[in-house]
Amino acid sequence: MSETTYLEAITTTLAESMRADPRVLVLGEDVAEGGPWGATAGLVEEFGAERVRNTPISEAAICGVAIGAAQSGLVPVVEIMFIDFLTLALDQLVNQAAKAHFMSGGQLRVPLVLRTQGGAGQRGGAQHSQSLEAWLTHVPGLKVAMPSTAADAAGLLVAAIADPNPVVLVENKTLYFRREAIPDDHEPVALGSARVVRPGRDATVVALSRLVHESLAAAEELAAEGIEVEVIDPRTLVPLDLETIVESVARTHRLVVAHEAVRMGGFGAELAAEVQAAAFDELDAPVGRVAAPFAPIPFSPPLEDAYLPDRHDVVAAVHALLAR
Amino acid sequence: MTSLDARVGLELLRGMWRIRVFEERVGELTRANEVHGLIHLSIGQEAVAVGVCGQLRVDDVVYSNHRAHGHAIAKGAPLVGVMAELMGRDGGLCHGLGGSMHLVDVEHGLFGATGVVGGNVPLALGSALASRLLGGDSVAVVFFGDGAVQSGIFVESVNLATLWRLPVILVCENNGFAEFTPRSAHTNVERVSDVVAPYGLERETVDGNDIGAVRSVFGRFLEVARGGEGPLLLECLTHRLRGHYEGDPERYREALAAEEWQELDPILRLQRLLGVDGAELEREARDEVERAVELARESPFPSPELTAGLVYAP
Repeated sequence: MSETTYLEAITTTLAESMRADPRVLVLGEDVAEGGPWGATAGLVEEFGAERVRNTPISEAAICGVAIGAAQSGLVPVVEIMFIDFLTLALDQLVNQAAKAHFMSGGQLRVPLVLRTQGGAGQRGGAQHSQSLEAWLTHVPGLKVAMPSTAADAAGLLVAAIADPNPVVLVENKTLYFRREAIPDDHEPVALGSARVVRPGRDATVVALSRLVHESLAAAEELAAEGIEVEVIDPRTLVPLDLETIVESVARTHRLVVAHEAVRMGGFGAELAAEVQAAAFDELDAPVGRVAAPFAPIPFSPPLEDAYLPDRHDVVAAVHALLAR
Repeated sequence: MTSLDARVGLELLRGMWRIRVFEERVGELTRANEVHGLIHLSIGQEAVAVGVCGQLRVDDVVYSNHRAHGHAIAKGAPLVGVMAELMGRDGGLCHGLGGSMHLVDVEHGLFGATGVVGGNVPLALGSALASRLLGGDSVAVVFFGDGAVQSGIFVESVNLATLWRLPVILVCENNGFAEFTPRSAHTNVERVSDVVAPYGLERETVDGNDIGAVRSVFGRFLEVARGGEGPLLLECLTHRLRGHYEGDPERYREALAAEEWQELDPILRLQRLLGVDGAELEREARDEVERAVELARESPFPSPELTAGLVYAP
C-alpha cells in the first residue's frame, strides 16, 4: 500500500500501461506539458513525443485520429481537458467510435480510452463545470466509468485500456488531490462491478463520483441518529451492475440516487426506473433523488455552493424516505 | 486525355465497367425495393475510385464517404458482399448491419464509409499514425466530396495531418454539388486545393474523368506517402450523373445533354483513347453483377440476435 492522490494514481497507471504495451499512446491538448492538473506529467520524458502527443485545440480531430489509430492497431488514451468540450467531439464519439464494431458486422474494433473530467465547485462557471455523463450512457457501443477514488481511478483505467471497446472515464476535478492509501499493484476493476462502499440496513444510497464522498459523510451523520445507510458506488454506468443495487434494495427497502448532474434526464432517473422494474415490491417508498437543479452552473461562489448537491441533501432525502 | 499503356488501360476500363454496371443495377434494385435505404450512386465518378484504388496494396487503408460503392469495389470488396449488404442480407460485407453508407471490408483494407459528411477524414490520419508508430509502410487514403471541405473537422484534420506530416492522401471528388447545392453557393473558394494551400501540403487538381491523369498524379503521391511522408491532397474534378440519392428529383440542376455527357464520361473517354468499343467488357461486367445479384438474393436476412450481439466487441 502507498499513499497517493487520485491524480497520481492516473499518472502512474498511464506510465505502467505504456511500459507494458508499446501500442498505448496518449494524446490531447497540453498532455506533453502534463495538462492543467498534471495527469500526464512526466510521460513525454519517459516515452517521447511520438507516444505522448500534444494536439491543437481540435477536440473532434483528436477523437477522430484516435479512433482511426485504434482501428489500425494502436491503443490510444485521449484526454479531453473538460467534459464540457466533449460536445465538440460528439460526432466522432457517437457516430464513429461507438458504432464502428456494430456497423461493420464485427469487423472493426475501437480500443479507445477517453479520459475527461467534470464537476463543479471550482468557480469555473457554466462551461467548465458540467456533469454530462448521462448523454454518454444513452449511446450503445460506449462504456462509461466514473471513478470516485484513487484506487478505482487506477483500476478502471487499467480495465479500460484492456477493453476492446471505446471507454469514457469521467473523472472529477474536485477529487484529483484527495489522498488515500491504495495497493501498489493496480489490479483492473472489472467494468460493470459496483462497490458497496459502506454497508447498512435502513436505506440504500447509490451515488456517483463526488457524491459518493458526500453520501459517506451523510451516512456518518445519520449513523449518529441510529440510521444505517448502505452506500453503493456503481463505478461504471455502462455496463451497470444492477444486481448489486437490487440486492441491497431488497434488504433496505429504500433507495436514494445521488449525483451532481441536473435531475432532468440524469442517470438517477435510469437507476430509479431499473430498480422499480426489478424490485417494485421491495420498495417501501418512492425512490429519492439528489441532483442539481435544472439550471446552468452559476459562477458567483455563494450561488455555486447553493447549487451543488451535497451531504445535507442526502441526509434530507434519507429522512424523507424514512418519514413515509 | 492522358496517355496510358494499352494493357493497363484495359484493366482500368474493366474496373470502371464493373462499378458502372453494378451501380446501374443497384439503381434498378432500389426502385424495385430489393435494395434498401438511402442510396448514393457514383455513376460518372468511376475514374477516381479505379485510378486511386487500383494502385493501392491490400494493407493500405481506405476510408470512404456516403457514396462508397465504387471505392469498395475498386479496393477489392467482392461484388456479392457489397450487393448483399445493400439488400440487408447476412451475406453482406457487414452482415447487413451497415448498409450502403457504412460499407466495411477489413480483409481488403476498406476500413469504412461514413454517412456523416467529413466524419472519416481524421480516422484516416489515425490509421496513418498507426502505420508509422507500428513501423509499417502502409498508407491511408480518404475519399470525400467537395461538400466535406466546408466542415470544421476537415480543417482540423488538414492542420493536424500537416503538423504531424502523416502519410495520408486526401482524395477529394469535387463534383461541384454538395447534396443539392452548387459549390458556389457554399463557399467563395472554387478549388479545394486552394482551401488547403496555406498549410503547405503537396496538392494538385486534376480532371477526375481522365483516368490517366488521376492515376499518374496519385501514383506520384503514393510514392511520397509510401516513403512515410505526407499529407497530400488530390482534387479530382468530376461529375455525378445521378442525383444526390436515388429518387432525387434534381430540381436544382439541368440534366446534361447526351452529347455533353459523351464528352465527359470517363469510360467513353478511355475507350476512345484506347480505340476499343468496350462492349465485351460491359457484357462481362453484366454477367458478373447478375451472378452477384442472384447470390445476394439467396442469402438470408441476418438473425435478429445479431443486433444485441454486436453492440460491444468481446
